[in-house]
Amino acid sequence: MLSLAAVSAGYASFRALFDVSIEVPRGEAVGVIGPNGAGKTTLLRVISGLVPPTSGTMTFEGRAVGGLPAHRMVEQGIAHVPENRRLFPRLTVEDNLRIGAFIPQARARFAQELARVYDLFPRLKDRREQLAGTLSGGEQQMCAIGRALMSGPKLLLMDEPSAGLAPLVVEQVFELVHRIREQGLTVLIVEQNVPQVLDVVDRAYLLEVGSIKLAGTAAELKGNDFIRQSYMGL
Amino acid sequence: MDIYLLEAIINGVLLGGVLALLALGLNLIFGVIDVVWIAYADLVMCGMYVIYWLYAELGWPLPLACAVAIIGVAGLGVLVHLLLIQPILNSAPINQLLVTGGLLFFLQSFATLLFGTEFRNIGVRLPIIEIGDIFISYARLLAFAVALIGAVALYFFLRRTFIGTAIRAIAQDRDIVGLMGVDQRRIYLVTSAIGGALAGLAACLLSLQYDVHPFIGNTFGPLIFMICVLGGLGNMIGGFIAAFVISQIIAIGGYYTNTELSYVLAFTLFIVLMFVRPRGIFAR
Repeated sequence: MLSLAAVSAGYASFRALFDVSIEVPRGEAVGVIGPNGAGKTTLLRVISGLVPPTSGTMTFEGRAVGGLPAHRMVEQGIAHVPENRRLFPRLTVEDNLRIGAFIPQARARFAQELARVYDLFPRLKDRREQLAGTLSGGEQQMCAIGRALMSGPKLLLMDEPSAGLAPLVVEQVFELVHRIREQGLTVLIVEQNVPQVLDVVDRAYLLEVGSIKLAGTAAELKGNDFIRQSYMGL
Repeated sequence: MDIYLLEAIINGVLLGGVLALLALGLNLIFGVIDVVWIAYADLVMCGMYVIYWLYAELGWPLPLACAVAIIGVAGLGVLVHLLLIQPILNSAPINQLLVTGGLLFFLQSFATLLFGTEFRNIGVRLPIIEIGDIFISYARLLAFAVALIGAVALYFFLRRTFIGTAIRAIAQDRDIVGLMGVDQRRIYLVTSAIGGALAGLAACLLSLQYDVHPFIGNTFGPLIFMICVLGGLGNMIGGFIAAFVISQIIAIGGYYTNTELSYVLAFTLFIVLMFVRPRGIFAR
Protein backbone atom coordinates (compact mmCIF):
# COMPACT_ATOMS: atom_id res chain seq x y z
CA MET A 1 0.00 0.00 0.00
CA LEU A 2 2.74 2.42 1.02
CA SER A 3 6.27 2.01 -0.13
CA LEU A 4 9.34 4.16 0.36
CA ALA A 5 12.44 3.51 -1.70
CA ALA A 6 15.76 5.09 -0.68
CA VAL A 7 14.08 8.14 0.81
CA SER A 8 16.31 10.80 2.35
CA ALA A 9 15.10 13.87 4.12
CA GLY A 10 16.25 16.52 6.53
CA TYR A 11 15.91 20.02 7.82
CA ALA A 12 17.86 23.13 6.93
CA SER A 13 21.11 22.18 8.63
CA PHE A 14 21.14 18.41 8.94
CA ARG A 15 19.94 15.22 7.32
CA ALA A 16 17.64 13.09 9.45
CA LEU A 17 16.95 10.17 7.10
CA PHE A 18 19.40 8.31 4.85
CA ASP A 19 18.08 6.09 2.05
CA VAL A 20 15.22 4.66 4.04
CA SER A 21 13.17 1.95 2.31
CA ILE A 22 10.08 0.52 3.95
CA GLU A 23 6.95 -1.34 2.87
CA VAL A 24 3.56 -1.13 4.53
CA PRO A 25 1.23 -3.76 3.02
CA ARG A 26 -2.52 -3.23 3.06
CA GLY A 27 -4.25 -4.42 6.21
CA GLU A 28 -1.08 -4.86 8.23
CA ALA A 29 0.25 -3.01 11.22
CA VAL A 30 3.88 -2.06 10.87
CA GLY A 31 6.06 -0.67 13.64
CA VAL A 32 9.13 1.53 13.53
CA ILE A 33 11.25 1.33 16.67
CA GLY A 34 14.48 3.00 17.63
CA PRO A 35 16.05 5.39 20.10
CA ASN A 36 15.34 9.08 20.53
CA GLY A 37 16.61 11.15 17.63
CA ALA A 38 16.80 8.20 15.25
CA GLY A 39 14.54 9.96 12.73
CA LYS A 40 11.30 8.13 13.50
CA THR A 41 9.23 11.28 13.74
CA THR A 42 10.86 12.69 10.62
CA LEU A 43 9.96 9.49 8.78
CA LEU A 44 6.27 9.94 9.61
CA ARG A 45 6.46 13.64 8.78
CA VAL A 46 7.86 12.78 5.35
CA ILE A 47 5.07 10.28 4.74
CA SER A 48 2.37 12.76 5.75
CA GLY A 49 3.92 15.55 3.70
CA LEU A 50 5.02 17.86 6.52
CA VAL A 51 8.66 17.43 5.51
CA PRO A 52 9.51 17.07 1.81
CA PRO A 53 11.86 14.22 0.90
CA THR A 54 15.14 15.38 -0.62
CA SER A 55 15.56 12.20 -2.66
CA GLY A 56 14.05 8.77 -3.17
CA THR A 57 10.56 7.75 -4.22
CA MET A 58 7.39 7.30 -2.25
CA THR A 59 4.30 5.58 -3.62
CA PHE A 60 0.90 5.16 -2.03
CA GLU A 61 -1.55 2.77 -3.68
CA GLY A 62 0.59 2.79 -6.77
CA ARG A 63 0.70 6.58 -7.11
CA ALA A 64 3.87 8.60 -6.64
CA VAL A 65 3.16 10.90 -3.73
CA GLY A 66 6.63 12.18 -2.80
CA GLY A 67 6.67 15.94 -2.26
CA LEU A 68 2.92 16.42 -2.03
CA PRO A 69 1.98 18.93 0.70
CA ALA A 70 0.35 17.58 3.87
CA HIS A 71 -3.20 18.65 3.01
CA ARG A 72 -3.01 16.70 -0.25
CA MET A 73 -1.76 13.59 1.52
CA VAL A 74 -4.88 13.59 3.70
CA GLU A 75 -6.94 13.57 0.51
CA GLN A 76 -4.97 10.53 -0.65
CA GLY A 77 -6.06 8.68 2.49
CA ILE A 78 -3.16 9.11 4.91
CA ALA A 79 -3.95 10.41 8.41
CA HIS A 80 -1.27 11.28 10.94
CA VAL A 81 -1.65 11.28 14.72
CA PRO A 82 1.27 13.59 15.51
CA GLU A 83 3.80 13.37 18.31
CA ASN A 84 2.45 14.90 21.55
CA ARG A 85 -1.05 14.62 20.09
CA ARG A 86 -1.17 18.32 19.13
CA LEU A 87 -4.87 18.81 19.76
CA PHE A 88 -6.25 22.30 19.38
CA PRO A 89 -6.46 23.00 23.13
CA ARG A 90 -8.99 25.82 23.01
CA LEU A 91 -11.38 24.02 20.69
CA THR A 92 -13.96 21.62 22.05
CA VAL A 93 -13.53 17.88 21.58
CA GLU A 94 -16.20 17.92 18.90
CA ASP A 95 -14.57 20.85 17.07
CA ASN A 96 -11.29 18.95 17.09
CA LEU A 97 -13.11 16.03 15.50
CA ARG A 98 -14.86 18.37 13.07
CA ILE A 99 -11.59 19.74 11.79
CA GLY A 100 -10.40 16.18 11.27
CA ALA A 101 -13.18 15.89 8.69
CA PHE A 102 -12.12 19.00 6.79
CA ILE A 103 -11.47 17.40 3.39
CA PRO A 104 -14.52 17.44 1.07
CA GLN A 105 -15.06 13.66 0.92
CA ALA A 106 -15.00 13.50 4.74
CA ARG A 107 -17.30 16.50 5.21
CA ALA A 108 -20.03 14.69 3.36
CA ARG A 109 -19.76 11.75 5.77
CA PHE A 110 -19.25 13.86 8.90
CA ALA A 111 -22.28 12.63 10.88
CA GLN A 112 -21.54 8.94 10.20
CA GLU A 113 -17.85 9.22 11.00
CA LEU A 114 -18.60 11.17 14.17
CA ALA A 115 -20.98 8.44 15.32
CA ARG A 116 -18.33 5.82 14.54
CA VAL A 117 -15.63 7.67 16.52
CA TYR A 118 -18.00 8.18 19.48
CA ASP A 119 -18.79 4.48 19.25
CA LEU A 120 -15.09 3.66 19.45
CA PHE A 121 -14.47 6.21 22.23
CA PRO A 122 -17.62 6.67 24.34
CA ARG A 123 -15.56 8.86 26.69
CA LEU A 124 -15.18 11.47 23.95
CA LYS A 125 -18.92 11.60 23.51
CA ASP A 126 -19.37 12.39 27.21
CA ARG A 127 -16.83 15.19 26.90
CA ARG A 128 -17.69 16.51 23.49
CA GLU A 129 -18.41 20.07 24.67
CA GLN A 130 -15.27 20.20 26.80
CA LEU A 131 -12.15 22.07 25.65
CA ALA A 132 -9.60 19.55 24.40
CA GLY A 133 -6.86 21.14 26.52
CA THR A 134 -8.70 20.11 29.69
CA LEU A 135 -8.80 16.38 28.88
CA SER A 136 -6.59 13.85 30.64
CA GLY A 137 -3.59 12.48 28.74
CA GLY A 138 -5.37 9.28 27.77
CA GLU A 139 -8.47 11.12 26.64
CA GLN A 140 -6.33 13.49 24.60
CA GLN A 141 -4.76 10.54 22.85
CA MET A 142 -8.21 9.15 22.08
CA CYS A 143 -9.26 12.53 20.74
CA ALA A 144 -6.13 12.76 18.58
CA ILE A 145 -6.74 9.30 17.16
CA GLY A 146 -10.43 10.09 16.67
CA ARG A 147 -9.52 13.30 14.87
CA ALA A 148 -7.30 11.36 12.48
CA LEU A 149 -10.03 8.76 11.87
CA MET A 150 -12.51 11.49 10.95
CA SER A 151 -10.87 11.96 7.55
CA GLY A 152 -11.76 8.35 6.70
CA PRO A 153 -8.14 7.29 6.09
CA LYS A 154 -6.81 4.09 4.56
CA LEU A 155 -3.49 4.40 6.34
CA LEU A 156 -3.11 5.66 9.90
CA LEU A 157 0.27 6.98 11.05
CA MET A 158 0.78 7.07 14.81
CA ASP A 159 3.72 8.85 16.40
CA GLU A 160 4.49 7.60 19.93
CA PRO A 161 0.88 7.16 21.00
CA SER A 162 1.97 5.86 24.41
CA ALA A 163 4.36 8.72 25.26
CA GLY A 164 3.67 10.52 28.51
CA LEU A 165 0.84 8.23 29.58
CA ALA A 166 0.42 6.24 32.78
CA PRO A 167 1.19 2.49 32.39
CA LEU A 168 -2.46 1.50 32.67
CA VAL A 169 -3.41 4.03 29.99
CA VAL A 170 -0.55 2.83 27.78
CA GLU A 171 -2.14 -0.59 27.81
CA GLN A 172 -5.46 0.91 26.77
CA VAL A 173 -3.79 2.72 23.89
CA PHE A 174 -2.25 -0.48 22.54
CA GLU A 175 -5.59 -2.22 22.98
CA LEU A 176 -7.00 0.57 20.83
CA VAL A 177 -4.49 -0.09 18.08
CA HIS A 178 -5.86 -3.62 18.05
CA ARG A 179 -9.41 -2.42 17.64
CA ILE A 180 -8.47 0.04 14.92
CA ARG A 181 -6.83 -2.77 12.97
CA GLU A 182 -9.96 -4.85 13.31
CA GLN A 183 -11.77 -2.10 11.43
CA GLY A 184 -9.58 -2.88 8.44
CA LEU A 185 -7.20 0.05 8.71
CA THR A 186 -3.55 -0.19 7.83
CA VAL A 187 -1.36 1.20 10.60
CA LEU A 188 2.19 2.51 10.72
CA ILE A 189 3.21 3.11 14.30
CA VAL A 190 6.37 4.67 15.71
CA GLU A 191 7.17 3.71 19.28
CA GLN A 192 9.87 3.63 21.93
CA ASN A 193 7.82 1.23 23.98
CA VAL A 194 9.30 -1.76 22.17
CA PRO A 195 7.88 -4.83 23.99
CA GLN A 196 4.33 -3.59 23.78
CA VAL A 197 4.47 -2.36 20.20
CA LEU A 198 5.88 -5.68 19.03
CA ASP A 199 2.78 -7.31 20.50
CA VAL A 200 0.42 -5.36 18.26
CA VAL A 201 2.28 -5.10 14.94
CA ASP A 202 2.85 -7.73 12.25
CA ARG A 203 6.23 -6.44 11.21
CA ALA A 204 8.69 -3.82 12.39
CA TYR A 205 11.75 -1.85 11.34
CA LEU A 206 14.56 -0.71 13.58
CA LEU A 207 15.67 2.83 12.74
CA GLU A 208 18.99 4.09 14.10
CA VAL A 209 20.67 7.41 13.20
CA GLY A 210 18.47 7.84 10.18
CA SER A 211 18.94 4.39 8.61
CA ILE A 212 17.06 1.11 8.75
CA LYS A 213 19.24 -1.30 10.73
CA LEU A 214 16.92 -4.27 11.02
CA ALA A 215 13.63 -5.44 9.59
CA GLY A 216 11.47 -8.48 10.20
CA THR A 217 8.26 -9.88 11.56
CA ALA A 218 7.33 -8.98 15.10
CA ALA A 219 8.21 -12.51 16.22
CA GLU A 220 11.65 -12.34 14.57
CA LEU A 221 12.48 -9.03 16.21
CA LYS A 222 11.24 -10.24 19.58
CA GLY A 223 13.68 -13.13 19.29
CA ASN A 224 16.58 -10.98 18.08
CA ASP A 225 19.35 -10.77 20.68
CA PHE A 226 20.33 -7.22 19.80
CA ILE A 227 16.73 -5.99 20.11
CA ARG A 228 16.26 -7.93 23.33
CA GLN A 229 19.35 -6.44 24.94
CA SER A 230 19.16 -2.88 23.65
CA TYR A 231 15.45 -2.22 23.50
CA MET A 232 13.65 -4.69 25.72
CA GLY A 233 16.02 -4.73 28.67
CA LEU A 234 16.22 -8.52 28.69
CA MET B 1 -29.75 60.80 36.04
CA ASP B 2 -28.67 63.66 33.87
CA ILE B 3 -30.18 63.01 30.43
CA TYR B 4 -27.16 64.46 28.64
CA LEU B 5 -24.97 61.94 30.39
CA LEU B 6 -27.41 59.21 29.40
CA GLU B 7 -27.27 60.46 25.84
CA ALA B 8 -23.47 60.34 25.97
CA ILE B 9 -23.55 56.78 27.26
CA ILE B 10 -25.97 55.69 24.53
CA ASN B 11 -23.82 57.34 21.88
CA GLY B 12 -20.81 55.57 23.36
CA VAL B 13 -22.52 52.21 22.99
CA LEU B 14 -23.50 53.03 19.41
CA LEU B 15 -19.95 54.10 18.52
CA GLY B 16 -18.66 50.93 20.18
CA GLY B 17 -20.56 48.74 17.72
CA VAL B 18 -18.61 49.86 14.65
CA LEU B 19 -15.32 49.89 16.55
CA ALA B 20 -16.05 46.35 17.76
CA LEU B 21 -16.68 45.24 14.17
CA LEU B 22 -13.33 46.65 13.05
CA ALA B 23 -11.57 45.18 16.09
CA LEU B 24 -13.00 41.78 15.14
CA GLY B 25 -11.58 42.11 11.64
CA LEU B 26 -8.12 43.17 12.80
CA ASN B 27 -8.03 40.51 15.52
CA LEU B 28 -9.15 37.83 13.09
CA ILE B 29 -6.34 38.65 10.69
CA PHE B 30 -3.77 38.90 13.47
CA GLY B 31 -4.93 35.70 15.18
CA VAL B 32 -4.86 33.64 12.00
CA ILE B 33 -2.06 35.12 9.91
CA ASP B 34 0.01 36.54 12.79
CA VAL B 35 0.58 39.83 11.01
CA VAL B 36 -0.77 43.18 12.23
CA TRP B 37 -2.36 45.14 9.42
CA ILE B 38 -1.40 48.68 10.43
CA ALA B 39 -3.28 49.94 7.36
CA TYR B 40 -6.53 48.20 8.31
CA ALA B 41 -8.48 51.44 8.91
CA ASP B 42 -7.30 52.69 5.53
CA LEU B 43 -9.16 49.83 3.88
CA VAL B 44 -12.24 51.42 5.44
CA MET B 45 -11.26 54.70 3.82
CA CYS B 46 -11.01 52.94 0.44
CA GLY B 47 -14.49 51.49 0.95
CA MET B 48 -15.88 54.91 1.81
CA TYR B 49 -14.47 56.35 -1.41
CA VAL B 50 -16.03 53.49 -3.38
CA ILE B 51 -19.43 54.35 -1.89
CA TYR B 52 -18.90 58.06 -2.40
CA TRP B 53 -17.86 57.57 -6.00
CA LEU B 54 -20.60 55.11 -6.98
CA TYR B 55 -23.44 56.77 -5.09
CA ALA B 56 -22.72 60.50 -5.03
CA GLU B 57 -20.82 60.81 -8.33
CA LEU B 58 -22.28 58.09 -10.54
CA GLY B 59 -25.73 58.00 -8.97
CA TRP B 60 -25.90 54.27 -8.24
CA PRO B 61 -28.48 53.14 -5.68
CA LEU B 62 -26.97 53.25 -2.19
CA PRO B 63 -27.46 49.55 -1.32
CA LEU B 64 -25.74 48.54 -4.56
CA ALA B 65 -22.86 50.93 -3.89
CA CYS B 66 -22.53 49.44 -0.39
CA ALA B 67 -22.53 45.88 -1.73
CA VAL B 68 -19.81 46.78 -4.24
CA ALA B 69 -17.80 48.42 -1.44
CA ILE B 70 -18.00 45.31 0.75
CA ILE B 71 -17.03 42.98 -2.08
CA GLY B 72 -14.41 45.42 -3.35
CA VAL B 73 -12.68 45.81 0.00
CA ALA B 74 -12.83 42.04 0.53
CA GLY B 75 -11.01 41.74 -2.81
CA LEU B 76 -8.56 44.41 -1.71
CA GLY B 77 -7.90 42.34 1.43
CA VAL B 78 -7.07 39.33 -0.75
CA LEU B 79 -4.79 41.47 -2.93
CA VAL B 80 -2.99 42.88 0.12
CA HIS B 81 -2.40 39.35 1.33
CA LEU B 82 -1.17 38.00 -1.99
CA LEU B 83 1.05 40.94 -2.93
CA LEU B 84 2.36 42.13 0.44
CA ILE B 85 1.76 39.70 3.28
CA GLN B 86 2.46 36.31 1.69
CA PRO B 87 6.03 37.19 0.68
CA ILE B 88 6.88 38.39 4.21
CA LEU B 89 5.08 35.75 6.28
CA ASN B 90 8.32 34.44 7.74
CA SER B 91 10.07 37.80 8.09
CA ALA B 92 10.77 39.53 11.40
CA PRO B 93 7.72 41.27 12.91
CA ILE B 94 9.35 44.69 12.51
CA ASN B 95 9.60 44.15 8.74
CA GLN B 96 5.97 43.11 8.62
CA LEU B 97 4.99 46.29 10.49
CA LEU B 98 7.04 48.37 8.06
CA VAL B 99 5.32 46.78 5.07
CA THR B 100 1.76 47.23 6.36
CA GLY B 101 2.75 50.69 7.62
CA GLY B 102 4.05 51.46 4.15
CA LEU B 103 0.71 50.35 2.74
CA LEU B 104 -0.97 52.93 4.99
CA PHE B 105 1.06 55.77 3.47
CA PHE B 106 0.57 54.36 0.00
CA LEU B 107 -3.22 54.20 0.34
CA GLN B 108 -3.45 57.67 1.88
CA SER B 109 -1.24 59.22 -0.79
CA PHE B 110 -3.04 57.38 -3.56
CA ALA B 111 -6.43 58.59 -2.30
CA THR B 112 -5.07 62.14 -2.11
CA LEU B 113 -3.87 61.84 -5.69
CA LEU B 114 -7.27 60.63 -6.90
CA PHE B 115 -9.63 62.73 -4.80
CA GLY B 116 -7.60 65.53 -3.24
CA THR B 117 -7.74 66.33 0.45
CA GLU B 118 -11.27 67.75 0.49
CA PHE B 119 -13.84 66.30 2.86
CA ARG B 120 -16.60 64.68 0.84
CA ASN B 121 -20.00 63.59 2.04
CA ILE B 122 -22.41 61.25 0.35
CA GLY B 123 -25.20 63.62 1.37
CA VAL B 124 -27.56 61.12 2.95
CA ARG B 125 -29.34 62.75 5.87
CA LEU B 126 -31.01 60.25 8.12
CA PRO B 127 -33.48 61.47 10.75
CA ILE B 128 -32.78 62.05 14.41
CA ILE B 129 -34.93 59.94 16.71
CA GLU B 130 -36.33 61.60 19.80
CA ILE B 131 -37.11 59.38 22.74
CA GLY B 132 -38.35 61.51 25.62
CA ASP B 133 -35.72 64.22 25.87
CA ILE B 134 -32.97 62.08 24.40
CA PHE B 135 -31.85 62.54 20.80
CA ILE B 136 -30.36 59.57 19.00
CA SER B 137 -28.99 59.70 15.48
CA TYR B 138 -30.70 57.12 13.28
CA ALA B 139 -27.46 56.65 11.34
CA ARG B 140 -25.65 55.66 14.53
CA LEU B 141 -28.42 53.35 15.61
CA LEU B 142 -28.41 51.68 12.20
CA ALA B 143 -24.61 51.41 12.29
CA PHE B 144 -24.76 49.79 15.71
CA ALA B 145 -27.45 47.30 14.71
CA VAL B 146 -25.76 46.29 11.45
CA ALA B 147 -22.35 46.02 13.13
CA LEU B 148 -23.86 43.73 15.73
CA ILE B 149 -25.51 41.61 13.05
CA GLY B 150 -22.14 41.42 11.27
CA ALA B 151 -20.43 40.32 14.49
CA VAL B 152 -23.06 37.66 15.18
CA ALA B 153 -22.83 36.39 11.59
CA LEU B 154 -19.05 36.13 11.96
CA TYR B 155 -19.51 34.28 15.24
CA PHE B 156 -21.76 31.66 13.68
CA PHE B 157 -19.50 31.35 10.66
CA LEU B 158 -16.51 30.64 12.92
CA ARG B 159 -18.48 28.27 15.17
CA ARG B 160 -20.59 26.29 12.76
CA THR B 161 -18.69 25.82 9.51
CA PHE B 162 -15.72 23.66 8.61
CA ILE B 163 -13.77 26.65 7.31
CA GLY B 164 -14.63 28.63 10.45
CA THR B 165 -13.37 25.76 12.61
CA ALA B 166 -10.19 25.64 10.54
CA ILE B 167 -9.72 29.39 11.05
CA ARG B 168 -9.98 28.96 14.83
CA ALA B 169 -7.70 25.94 14.74
CA ILE B 170 -5.00 27.59 12.67
CA ALA B 171 -4.76 30.40 15.22
CA GLN B 172 -3.89 27.78 17.87
CA ASP B 173 -1.44 25.55 16.03
CA ARG B 174 -0.52 26.60 12.51
CA ASP B 175 2.08 23.89 11.88
CA ILE B 176 -0.26 20.97 12.29
CA VAL B 177 -3.42 21.99 10.42
CA GLY B 178 -2.05 20.52 7.19
CA LEU B 179 -2.47 17.08 8.76
CA MET B 180 -6.19 17.79 8.93
CA GLY B 181 -6.29 18.41 5.19
CA VAL B 182 -6.38 22.16 5.64
CA ASP B 183 -4.53 24.20 3.03
CA GLN B 184 -3.03 26.99 5.12
CA ARG B 185 -2.65 29.36 2.17
CA ARG B 186 -6.32 29.04 1.30
CA ILE B 187 -7.39 29.75 4.89
CA TYR B 188 -5.17 32.85 4.88
CA LEU B 189 -6.89 34.09 1.74
CA VAL B 190 -10.36 33.44 3.16
CA THR B 191 -9.37 35.23 6.37
CA SER B 192 -8.02 38.24 4.46
CA ALA B 193 -11.24 38.38 2.44
CA ILE B 194 -13.39 38.27 5.58
CA GLY B 195 -11.22 40.93 7.26
CA GLY B 196 -11.60 43.08 4.13
CA ALA B 197 -15.36 42.50 4.00
CA LEU B 198 -15.72 43.63 7.62
CA ALA B 199 -13.75 46.79 6.78
CA GLY B 200 -16.05 47.28 3.77
CA LEU B 201 -19.13 46.86 5.96
CA ALA B 202 -17.71 49.41 8.42
CA ALA B 203 -17.16 51.76 5.46
CA CYS B 204 -20.87 51.55 4.62
CA LEU B 205 -21.85 52.35 8.19
CA LEU B 206 -19.35 55.17 8.64
CA SER B 207 -20.26 56.78 5.29
CA LEU B 208 -23.63 57.65 6.80
CA GLN B 209 -22.02 59.55 9.67
CA TYR B 210 -18.70 60.93 8.50
CA ASP B 211 -17.18 62.80 5.59
CA VAL B 212 -14.59 60.80 3.70
CA HIS B 213 -11.10 62.19 3.18
CA PRO B 214 -7.76 60.46 2.57
CA PHE B 215 -6.79 60.54 6.25
CA ILE B 216 -9.99 59.36 7.86
CA GLY B 217 -8.25 56.08 8.64
CA ASN B 218 -6.14 57.99 11.14
CA THR B 219 -9.29 58.81 13.11
CA PHE B 220 -10.09 55.13 13.70
CA GLY B 221 -6.85 53.24 13.07
CA PRO B 222 -5.05 54.01 16.36
CA LEU B 223 -8.31 53.53 18.25
CA ILE B 224 -8.92 50.07 16.77
CA PHE B 225 -5.33 49.08 17.33
CA MET B 226 -5.54 50.22 20.96
CA ILE B 227 -8.78 48.26 21.42
CA CYS B 228 -7.23 45.08 20.04
CA VAL B 229 -4.15 45.37 22.25
CA LEU B 230 -6.31 46.13 25.28
CA GLY B 231 -8.47 43.08 24.63
CA GLY B 232 -5.40 40.93 24.03
CA LEU B 233 -4.18 40.82 20.41
CA GLY B 234 -5.93 37.99 18.60
CA ASN B 235 -8.53 37.56 21.35
CA MET B 236 -11.75 38.33 19.47
CA ILE B 237 -14.09 38.39 22.46
CA GLY B 238 -11.62 40.50 24.44
CA GLY B 239 -11.42 42.98 21.56
CA PHE B 240 -15.19 43.06 21.26
CA ILE B 241 -15.58 44.01 24.93
CA ALA B 242 -12.65 46.44 24.86
CA ALA B 243 -14.32 48.32 21.99
CA PHE B 244 -17.22 49.18 24.27
CA VAL B 245 -14.94 50.04 27.19
CA ILE B 246 -12.95 52.48 25.06
CA SER B 247 -16.01 54.00 23.41
CA GLN B 248 -17.57 54.60 26.84
CA ILE B 249 -14.42 56.30 28.09
CA ILE B 250 -14.49 58.54 25.06
CA ALA B 251 -18.22 59.24 25.34
CA ILE B 252 -18.38 59.85 29.08
CA GLY B 253 -15.00 61.62 29.12
CA GLY B 254 -16.25 63.79 26.28
CA TYR B 255 -19.35 64.65 28.27
CA TYR B 256 -17.40 65.85 31.30
CA THR B 257 -14.61 67.55 29.38
CA ASN B 258 -14.50 67.70 25.59
CA THR B 259 -13.96 65.29 22.73
CA GLU B 260 -10.25 66.03 22.29
CA LEU B 261 -9.51 65.58 25.97
CA SER B 262 -11.53 62.35 26.06
CA TYR B 263 -9.19 60.82 23.47
CA VAL B 264 -6.23 61.93 25.57
CA LEU B 265 -7.92 60.27 28.53
CA ALA B 266 -8.53 57.03 26.63
CA PHE B 267 -4.95 56.79 25.40
CA THR B 268 -3.57 57.68 28.84
CA LEU B 269 -5.61 54.91 30.37
CA PHE B 270 -4.35 52.62 27.63
CA ILE B 271 -0.72 53.41 28.43
CA VAL B 272 -1.28 52.90 32.16
CA LEU B 273 -3.03 49.59 31.51
CA MET B 274 -0.15 48.47 29.33
CA PHE B 275 2.13 48.85 32.34
CA VAL B 276 -0.25 46.93 34.57
CA ARG B 277 -1.37 44.23 32.11
CA PRO B 278 0.96 44.31 29.11
CA ARG B 279 -0.83 41.44 27.36
CA GLY B 280 -4.25 43.09 27.56
CA ILE B 281 -7.00 43.09 30.16
CA PHE B 282 -8.36 39.79 28.91
CA ALA B 283 -5.00 38.01 28.59
CA ARG B 284 -5.21 34.30 29.17
